[in-house]
This record gives sequence, structure tokens and C-alpha cells, in this order.
Amino acid sequence: MDVAVSVNGTVYERDVEPRKLLIHFLRDDLDLTGSHIGCDTGNCGACSVIFDGKLVKSCMLLAVQANGAQIETVEGLSEGDELNALQRAFREHHALQCGYCTPGMLMSATALLRDNPSPSDDEIKTALQGNICRCTGYWNIFEAVKAAAR
Amino acid sequence: MLLREVEYAKPASVAEALTLLAADDGARALAGGQTLINVMKARAASPDALVDLNGLEELKGIELGADGTLSIGPMTTYAELIASAEARARPILGEVCATIADVQVRNRGTIGGNLCSNDPTNHLPPLMSAIGAQMTITGAGGTRTVPASDFFLGVYMTAVGPGELLTRIHVPAGRHDGFAAVTLGVDGTCIVNAAATWDGKLRIALGCVDAVPVLVEADSVDDVRAAVRGARLDPPSDVHASSEYRAHLAGVLAERAARQAAG
Ligand SMILES: Cc1cc2nc3c(=O)[nH]c(=O)nc-3n(C[C@H](O)[C@H](O)[C@H](O)COP(=O)(O)OP(=O)(O)OC[C@H]3O[C@@H](n4cnc5c(N)ncnc54)[C@H](O)[C@@H]3O)c2cc1C
Ligand code: FES
Ligand code: FES
Repeated sequence: MDVAVSVNGTVYERDVEPRKLLIHFLRDDLDLTGSHIGCDTGNCGACSVIFDGKLVKSCMLLAVQANGAQIETVEGLSEGDELNALQRAFREHHALQCGYCTPGMLMSATALLRDNPSPSDDEIKTALQGNICRCTGYWNIFEAVKAAAR
Repeated sequence: MLLREVEYAKPASVAEALTLLAADDGARALAGGQTLINVMKARAASPDALVDLNGLEELKGIELGADGTLSIGPMTTYAELIASAEARARPILGEVCATIADVQVRNRGTIGGNLCSNDPTNHLPPLMSAIGAQMTITGAGGTRTVPASDFFLGVYMTAVGPGELLTRIHVPAGRHDGFAAVTLGVDGTCIVNAAATWDGKLRIALGCVDAVPVLVEADSVDDVRAAVRGARLDPPSDVHASSEYRAHLAGVLAERAARQAAG
């Protein structure tokens, strides 16, 4: 099926099989390997992207469902060669160890701060509920989001 | 995971969706996909064709009637219901939806998908049973509206037949409701859950203890434990809880939900 998908502002036109998951389309067809596959069952959040303004897990959608949609991935966060404020906060607060969960964490935090620029502590924790960090560095991730929120 | 080969169609109307579903025995409706895509990955089901209901405005929206009743489109996501001013007419709906999984699942998962999948651990089948919701089903043969007791038929089975769609969910007016669950982690999968409503007497629906929600009635909160014992539950055992423990939790949670409803 022919699809046209906007990812980080660039429109990609591709022929995809309906059975292809959005995460595989991003990683394999578009070579945007920033979004990770952790569980492939909708549990870990490593594949989180923003889909028409809403945070979703891209292993739980088909690529053909993204026809005409605007997708934002971790590759779109930096401002040119500069890390954005949230990414800098992650670096400054040591909010990543192996980094596997980081793209998903960043997208979840991005979606939160866009809707709610000054979240409460509980709102930050709720916003990150769908993202698992197997290095269990949750506290520093929380601190980084809190710092970026100010 | 690479899924088995599947066809995909995105109809522009409910009528077209029904035609597509009726034309192919192996076709399945795709709502939020937050159950179905995993089911397909696991090859527990391998539909030949997916009929994507996303984008069908007819299946969206929440209307509040002058009498306080709500009419909910099955393609309403949990997040949309939580944000809906109309849905606040029955506050328990938003309260329970806010405890389903996480932001990402709530942004995609739909009220209709939750009911149609009828997983015994889902949050909404017991809730809709307790509050007396009615479901409208549409197919080539026309439209019928059934109460929850006739809608949930078995594990993963509902009154929605082949070639049919759940097209509306009707919720009566009321505010005296409660919900309680013991879950795997905060907002995780339910080990047992209970929904209750109070309208002069208590109606309680228990989830995770049988193939379909189990209804129990009681005159007062003090009678709830005895009423649950009277239901002679024989819940399944699994790695999370033995049958005996689930039966015990059912009594505890029924009482908690009932106290919230009556309070
Ligand atoms: C990590 C994770 C955790 C979860 N935890 C919970 C939880 O704790 N509690 C809970 O309740 N749920 C939970 N869920 C499931 C989630 O709520 C699903 O969204 C829901 O069960 C199904 O809704 P859906 O819109 O995604 O439906 P889909 O997955 O698209 O569809 C499910 C089934 O219903 C059918 N269907 C859907 N809509 C219609 C319709 N209008 N007419 C006819 N048939 C229809 C489909 O054909 C399919 O068979 C979880 C999901 C994930 C990924
Ligand atoms: S890979 Fe998608 S949620 Fe884990
Ligand atoms: S930093 Fe390793 S998984 Fe989170």
C-alpha cells in the first residue's frame, strides 16, 4: 500500500505491507533507528513516538495507519546540532545509563511538557508510567524532567 | 514481530465498514489495536483483513442527554473520555479509565475495544455491568440494543456477531458508583476488580473471577460479604493468585467498591 507519512517534518512516500508495524517502518524503511524495540508487546515504551500530537507506542500500530499522519521521533528533538533543553537536562542529571529507554522517555516527557509545562511531581510520574527503564534509573529521569519543566 | 500477511482497509462510513466485514469471514475490526495487535503478534488470532474503524466520526463522541444519560461512541479513547466534560455526568467512567495502563495505551485504546475484547481482567466489562449500561450492535440484519448481561458471553466473546459492530454504548444517569481493584503494580492488570452502584440497593459486578462479570446484589454494605459468598465463586488460579485468594479478594473489593458507591 502507498503511504505518505510526515516524520519530523519530512514527508516520506513509501510502499508498505499492511502487516508492517510502525516501529519497523521507522527503523527499517526510513532508517530512523532512534526509536527502540524493547518488548514488542506494548509494555516497555521504548518505541514511544508522538502521532498526530498524541504519545503512542509504535509497536502497537501498523505503518499503514500512519498514512497522512505527522509523526515525531527522538531524532526530531535536537535544535540543529544542539541538544534541546530536555535532552540537556537528561545529560546534566545522568538520566541515562545504558540509554535504551531514553528515546521513549524523552518522547513521553516531550508530550507531557507540551500539554503541561509546569507539571506536579505526581503528574511527571504518571506521564512516565508507560516507560520502563531496565537500568532502573527512574529517580534521575524524574529529576531531569522536573528540571526541564521549570 | 512480523505479523502474518493481512489486508487492510480504512472505510469512510459505518455502512462501508459493515459491508467489508460481512464480505469476508476472516475480517476483523481494528479499533485502538492495543489488544488486537498483540493478539496478532502472538498468532492467537490471524485475521485475513483488518477493517480500521479509526476516523469514523459516527463511532466517536459523547452526548449527554437532558435526563442525564450518556451516549458514548465506541471509538472514544480512554483519554478522550477522561477529558470529556459530558462524561463527568457519571464520574466513575473517567476515574476508572484514568487507571488503565498508561498514557500511551489511554491515547489509543477505546471504550468499545475494551468491551468487545471482553478480556476477564479488563476494567470496563464489570464497570458497564454494574452501572447498567446497554450496548447497541449494528449489522446487515439491523440494530439491536442489549444489556450488559446479554452482551458479555464468554472469555473474549460478546454478543457482537460476525459482520457486526458495536456502534453505541448507553449509560444511565447516576453518580453513586465505586470501583476497587488489586492490580499488578500501580494501574497494572487486575488480579480481581469490583464495580458497584447504589440506587436504593447495591449492584456489584466482579471481574477476573469468571468468564464474564459476576453480578451480586445487596441491600447494604454490611450484607456485601455474605452476598459474594452466596455467589459461590470458583475463580481460576494462576501465577498471580490462587483460586482461594481471588475468591477472598472478591469479597474485600466488593465491599470497598460498595462503600464508595454508598458513601
Ligand atoms: C501494556 C498494556 C496494558 C493494558 N492494561 C489493561 C488493563 O489494565 N485493563 C484493561 O481494561 N485493558 C488493558 N489493556 C488493553 C487495552 O485497554 C485495550 O485498549 C483494550 O482491551 C482494547 O481496546 P482497543 O480499542 O485497543 O481494541 P482493539 O485491540 O483494536 O480490538 C479488540 C477487539 O475488539 C474488537 N472490536 C473493537 N472495537 C469494536 C467495535 N466497535 N465493534 C466490534 N468489534 C470491535 C476487535 O475486532 C478486536 O477483536 C492493556 C493494553 C496494553 C498494551
Ligand atoms: S517495544 Fe513497544 S512498548 Fe515495548
Ligand atoms: S537507561 Fe538503561 S534502560 Fe533506561
